[in-house]
Amino acid sequence: MSAPVLSVRNLVTQFDTRAGTITAVDGVSLEVGPGEVLGIVGESGSGKTITGFSILGLIDKPGRIAGGEVLLNGQDLRKLSDRAMARLRGDRIAMIFQDPMMTLNPVLRIDTQMIETIRAHRDVSRSRARDMAAEALALVGIPSPVERLRTYPHEMSGGMRQRVVIAIALMLEPDLIIADEPTTALDVTIQSQILSEMQKLMAERNTALIWITHDLTVVAGLAHRVAVMYAGRIVETGSVDDLLDHPMHPYTRGLISSIPSSVPRGERLVPIKGMTPSLMNLPEGCAFAPRCPQASEICRKARPDRQDLASGRGLRCFHPLEEA
Amino acid sequence: MLAYLIRRLGQAFLVMAVMATIVFFGLFAVGNPIDLLINPEADLAEQEETIRRLGLDKPVHVQFGFFLAGLAQGDLGTSFVHNRPALELILSRLPATLELAFLGILIAVVLGIPLGMIAGLKPEAPYSKVIMAGSVVGFSTPNFWQGLMLIMLFAVFLGWLPAGGRGDTVDVLGIPVSFLTWDGLSHLILPALNVAIYKMSLVIRLTRAGTAEVALQDYVKYARARGLSPFRVVGVHVLKNILIPVVTVLGLETGNVIAFAVVTETVFSWPGIGKLLIDSIGLLDRPVVVAYLMLTVFLFVMINLVVDIGYSLLDPRVRVKGGRS
Amino acid sequence: MTADTPLRRFVVDFLASPLAVIAGLGLLAIALTALFAGIIAPQNPYDLAQIDIMDGSLTPGTEGFGGFTYWLGSDEQGRDMLSAMIYGLRISLMVSFVAVSSAVTVGMVLGLLAAARGGWVETLIMRIVDIQLSFPALLVALLLLASLGKGVDKVIIALILVQWAYFARTVRAAALVEIRKDYVTAARAAALPQWRILFGHVLPNVMPPVLVIATVQIANAIAIEASLSFLGVGVPITEPSLGLLIANGFDYLLSGRYWISFYPGVALLVTLVCINVVGDHVRDILNPRMQR
Repeated sequence: MSAPVLSVRNLVTQFDTRAGTITAVDGVSLEVGPGEVLGIVGESGSGKTITGFSILGLIDKPGRIAGGEVLLNGQDLRKLSDRAMARLRGDRIAMIFQDPMMTLNPVLRIDTQMIETIRAHRDVSRSRARDMAAEALALVGIPSPVERLRTYPHEMSGGMRQRVVIAIALMLEPDLIIADEPTTALDVTIQSQILSEMQKLMAERNTALIWITHDLTVVAGLAHRVAVMYAGRIVETGSVDDLLDHPMHPYTRGLISSIPSSVPRGERLVPIKGMTPSLMNLPEGCAFAPRCPQASEICRKARPDRQDLASGRGLRCFHPLEEA
Repeated sequence: MLAYLIRRLGQAFLVMAVMATIVFFGLFAVGNPIDLLINPEADLAEQEETIRRLGLDKPVHVQFGFFLAGLAQGDLGTSFVHNRPALELILSRLPATLELAFLGILIAVVLGIPLGMIAGLKPEAPYSKVIMAGSVVGFSTPNFWQGLMLIMLFAVFLGWLPAGGRGDTVDVLGIPVSFLTWDGLSHLILPALNVAIYKMSLVIRLTRAGTAEVALQDYVKYARARGLSPFRVVGVHVLKNILIPVVTVLGLETGNVIAFAVVTETVFSWPGIGKLLIDSIGLLDRPVVVAYLMLTVFLFVMINLVVDIGYSLLDPRVRVKGGRS
Repeated sequence: MTADTPLRRFVVDFLASPLAVIAGLGLLAIALTALFAGIIAPQNPYDLAQIDIMDGSLTPGTEGFGGFTYWLGSDEQGRDMLSAMIYGLRISLMVSFVAVSSAVTVGMVLGLLAAARGGWVETLIMRIVDIQLSFPALLVALLLLASLGKGVDKVIIALILVQWAYFARTVRAAALVEIRKDYVTAARAAALPQWRILFGHVLPNVMPPVLVIATVQIANAIAIEASLSFLGVGVPITEPSLGLLIANGFDYLLSGRYWISFYPGVALLVTLVCINVVGDHVRDILNPRMQR
């Protein structure tokens, strides 16, 4: 693999609340190379979205990044000034949010929002920026892009809006795109269209992509590698085929057996028992221990460290399901 | 947009008609119209002549017809004291009130919106707490007392500004205005501040609440994620969204400003319609009171109309809805 | 955790803000001062035997001929301003309290009626509310009093007439939500008479928003009464409220005798700030969107 575009090491993000400090992201490390798609999978509250925002440096009070490194092409983003970081956002790293209805400003036209993005990063004229915006809309398959530019977000369908947001992300040819559940709010048919287009565009442009989702099936079709998050930590990581075929963490296996298409027709689905733990009071040992069928004494006492296995697998578990 | 405008004008006309009816039956039918409309000092022959001229010997529905007919022609009776048509009298005083109201609102908006946004964006900062404390005090201070304190401080103790009156005016398109001469402006500052401080507190509270809510929206975070400058995020993405509620309330408050001008104008002897109303109530000059009432209703209806149109210009979602239906 | 009743949680939340606690205590002190004005005030400002015209227009802190210290000065007639203020406070608070509680009653009955009956009754009541609320309360009260004449009772009537609409609107909105809930259906199924459902079941549940608005409206009533008295259409000179005291001092202000207007105004301001701070805080606590 060539040098990673993004390399995150031991990232810790905490929130100071009245009830105490919550560690939402706890020692997360990950890497993405050019043209590579990394899927981050986890339930809501697992810290996957906070991880995305932490990379962009968009953690607001009472939250703060408490430790770790975020290296973009070898440069530590945490050492950059606010201004330098703002110059980078939207230009080198673009982000796509979950809900296209909520992402675009409802009172500003599409062209206003696209042109302001371009002109925040490129010294181009207004008309040149407008042309670039129209090209970007055409690229993501929006018909009659020049007319579309003059519309307001509410005049478009949800799928169309998400395409606009994707166009904005691609427009300045970033090194990395972080997409946070961008297709969750869309219809299944539109979801699959957008997925295949994204995959194609990433490959063509050699852009790194982090795809944050709760849906393993989306990751299975899209990502090269997967990181599974649970309670702020990455519990298992590996290439998508390897990880899906041979899950080693009981949580990963639980996730896979919860997918309807993963079990033969007529057999029962196997849901994971219990509830996602509250970050306010995590168990002392492994966060998954209370729900884990394999859990033993040690799981309730100590937190498993990250083990790096062969072929790029990573794991945090005392009792892995199979040896690699 | 045109259909929307026509529909709103129709509604405005309807409210005017309803209010005219209420004023008629409230002030004409319930009270004794002879007391209300005839100079009590007139002799008997004069009274009978007036009763006949005004049609007060006719049945109620006929009188109502006369009232409406007069209203349609802008005839709201004649002031006993000034011996001029009441409406004309009020209209001659209106520019002074409007000048006061608009300057007051202008000050309130120009200072209130930025202060409210600061307090909304950094609610925990000490300066935000000072702003909010100031707005609670401004909100709680009775208008007339605040006016007295302004006079006490700036006119009596410091002697910087005059305590009352309007000062020199200059005619612009036939309308006398104060703000173009130093003397006029110096008379205008204190009353305008008096109007502005209360409104400003209101604007600060509204803006802060709106900003705190808008700042949490995804589109604001997304604007930051696109690397826009903080100035653009706050000045365009946040501001444009909070303007909608602020403009709505402010527009509706314009009516309140005109009403509260009664107090400010009394304190500062400002020769506007509010002072005229208080003087007319004191002198039992009832046609002027009735005319004031009808004109105020008209202004309120118009303000509501303008606010609704302004609202639809600011919020594209409303514009579409209005245009379709 | 101890038993967490809504009331207990409300009290705990309220005590969490030191500012609101101070304002609440201030309000209590103001109310007690007004209630026991006869005992607390150093002088009865309306007992002519206690007033000495020789002590007229004394500056604050001056000792008069009778050895009486006028801490906040005296007015033209030699009346102790501190005492006049305490009595004035009593009138201001009494007027607004009576007016708002009556307005709450009227508004609540009409609001419940509108919500329960629906149809033309609701349309009529709510149209009147809409029209009334589109005009400023001060102006409506001013014009009402211009035709009614001066008097404490008339000020109260005018305040009720301008304030009932706020409560009617709030009660109707809250009651409409409550009426659709299951417990009302259950009470209906149990064939309870409608008035018992409304007053026994729905009413207690619409009280929180009514209380919030009532707090704000008491502050408004005090301010409106003061403004009306200042404009000369409010309380009569024989029963001066804080507003009338300020108005009386207006004439002396330009000659530098500021204290006649200044201190009653400060008393008015402190009262209103306390009410507004308490009201703001109560509203924040009861607002479900603010709850964490």
